[in-house]
Amino acid sequence: MTDSMVEAPPARVPDELTPHRRGWHGLRPYLPLVALAVAAVLPYSTLELPGIFEGPLNSPGTLQLLAVCLVFGGLAAGYDLLFGRTGMLSFGHALYFAAGVYGTDILVTRAGLPLWQAALLTIVGGTILAGLLGAVALRTAGIAFAMVTLAFAQVGAILVARDFGGLTGGEEGLPLDVSGLPAGLVGVANTVNLYWLALAYLALVVFVVHRVSGSPTGRVLAGLRDDERRIGVLGLDPYRFKLVAFTLAGGLAAGGGVVYCLIVGGASPHITSSELTLSLLVMVVLGGPGTRWGPVLGGVGYMYLDHRLTAFGSSDAVESLPAFLSRPLSQPLFVLGTVFILAVYFFPGGLASLRTRLGPLARHLPARRSP
Amino acid sequence: MNTIVLLTLTGLGLAALYFLVASGLSLVFGLADVLNFAHGLFLGVGAYGTWWAAGNLPGAGGEGLGFVLAVAFGVAAGTVVAVLVELVLIRPLYSRTIEQVLVTVGLSLAGVALLQATWGADARPFPRPAWTRQVTGILGAQVPNGGLLLIVAAAVVLGALLAFLRWTRYGLIIRAGVENREMVTALGIDVRKAFTLVFAIGGAAAALAGALGGVYFGTVSPGQGGSLLIFAFIVVVIGGMGSVVGSAYAAVAVGLLQQFVNYYGASGVGDLCVVALLAVVLLLRPQGIAGKVAHA
Repeated sequence: MTDSMVEAPPARVPDELTPHRRGWHGLRPYLPLVALAVAAVLPYSTLELPGIFEGPLNSPGTLQLLAVCLVFGGLAAGYDLLFGRTGMLSFGHALYFAAGVYGTDILVTRAGLPLWQAALLTIVGGTILAGLLGAVALRTAGIAFAMVTLAFAQVGAILVARDFGGLTGGEEGLPLDVSGLPAGLVGVANTVNLYWLALAYLALVVFVVHRVSGSPTGRVLAGLRDDERRIGVLGLDPYRFKLVAFTLAGGLAAGGGVVYCLIVGGASPHITSSELTLSLLVMVVLGGPGTRWGPVLGGVGYMYLDHRLTAFGSSDAVESLPAFLSRPLSQPLFVLGTVFILAVYFFPGGLASLRTRLGPLARHLPARRSP
Repeated sequence: MNTIVLLTLTGLGLAALYFLVASGLSLVFGLADVLNFAHGLFLGVGAYGTWWAAGNLPGAGGEGLGFVLAVAFGVAAGTVVAVLVELVLIRPLYSRTIEQVLVTVGLSLAGVALLQATWGADARPFPRPAWTRQVTGILGAQVPNGGLLLIVAAAVVLGALLAFLRWTRYGLIIRAGVENREMVTALGIDVRKAFTLVFAIGGAAAALAGALGGVYFGTVSPGQGGSLLIFAFIVVVIGGMGSVVGSAYAAVAVGLLQQFVNYYGASGVGDLCVVALLAVVLLLRPQGIAGKVAHA
């Protein structure tokens, strides 16, 4: 709400007064690049991580799981542009992702277009769709905006499920016709290329979101999140800036849809459900809204847990528990939903705030040891 | 003519279902500013409570008084869950709107998963009295009794809610709180008691919708609440948040539109028309039909 107190930013300390940073602190700006390089060479490792992944790191199953996780990391980072950085609570983000998945699938499978044309058309179409729907939805604000975006996403779900014109395959989904695709993206042996594609998508989204939030536009978006009336008083039109953020996030989600369609090899109607948007919200809040790496961590972690908890739920350790414990634990959504509620109460900043939260503790402990 | 009567009455049956869900949502939102995603969970609890009671509770069953007892049990279960949710989860986050929405989102995910874990993901046949499976001839149309039961129940709930809001002290507090919560608090009235009350009313109405919706559809499944909830949200926005009468008008408009277009157009087009109606209402009258005033 608008009546919250805003803390004044701390005064800037002149550079010559700040103590010289030691050791690896100088490397910090390069850590994202290092992480990207490590992730890029990961498929060359045959490391076995029993309990974490089912096969060695370079097995197709593990790589596919990782690729899905990376796509959702990017998707969550794009959604954070709306929720964490602009303060817009959209419940319809799954629509643009689904538009990407189904758009690619239909253009390749039904229209027989080459992949690059299909991908280009889909991303442009998804962006235009987000712009048009955003223009209507943004006439409302706050909770009404959430409901309107939810309703628009529901239209997408109905269109896909009712299968008008036999395009979407209805309940059964639409497998991707791989005959026209580049050979490097087809087949189990080439999963590694899809993994790199997903990694490239994630890097692109993080880069775009980072640049946007650092730009003057990004400052306006942050201002909208904190106090929309003030932005209006400054003579800037909140509607236009919100529409820019909404359209950009929609376009990024459509791009994620293209990559996801290739990884999974088709489209299924569950990606249009409102549950997917709710999961995106869960990912961002668990990771830490408005931070650079929080949503990525949240998205990757959520998808990983969602996949692995299914295996965990049917494992012997859980099966041997009494029924009233083992049955709920075998439902990934029950575990994730409960963790989410606890996180809202006890970790409002998500994973990204863990360091600052544990900081005082870490500083306190050595001090106690050497009195 | 027969077809039109039939479509009108089945449309009103659907509208009754929407109204039962939306009235509680609308009051909760109008008073406490909580967008309650867990409302579908209350509906699920009501439906499964009735279903469980009909099979296991002594004295309850699928026929006559036993069925009334089963429905009463389901409604009581939904009310208790709603009150617990308000007291334990919503109240500590008082006036932090986004966090409250997030908690109800988590609750809807976890709660539906819990229902699914306990009773399985598949739809279960719902116990229903034999007479609800039959049809009644009205003006030459054969109308299913389950739909008529829903219409009667929704009309009774609407009348009771309006009487409660108009003639009781708590109704007055709720009406005043929807209009200006700060002023009510400043007058020394504990609005939070009214929050709990509104949650209880909303939970009871949603649970009743779950039980009677089970009769209407003939089955009960964990995901049922979620799909109804989206249309209930649309009804709330069209009707104006916080207005019971607005929800009733909007529910009738949405139910009839959906039923008629789905019959005369292709299946599914009616659902699209409902969203188009929402877009039109928002463009012409963003505050909804009735605006943010609890009319009695």
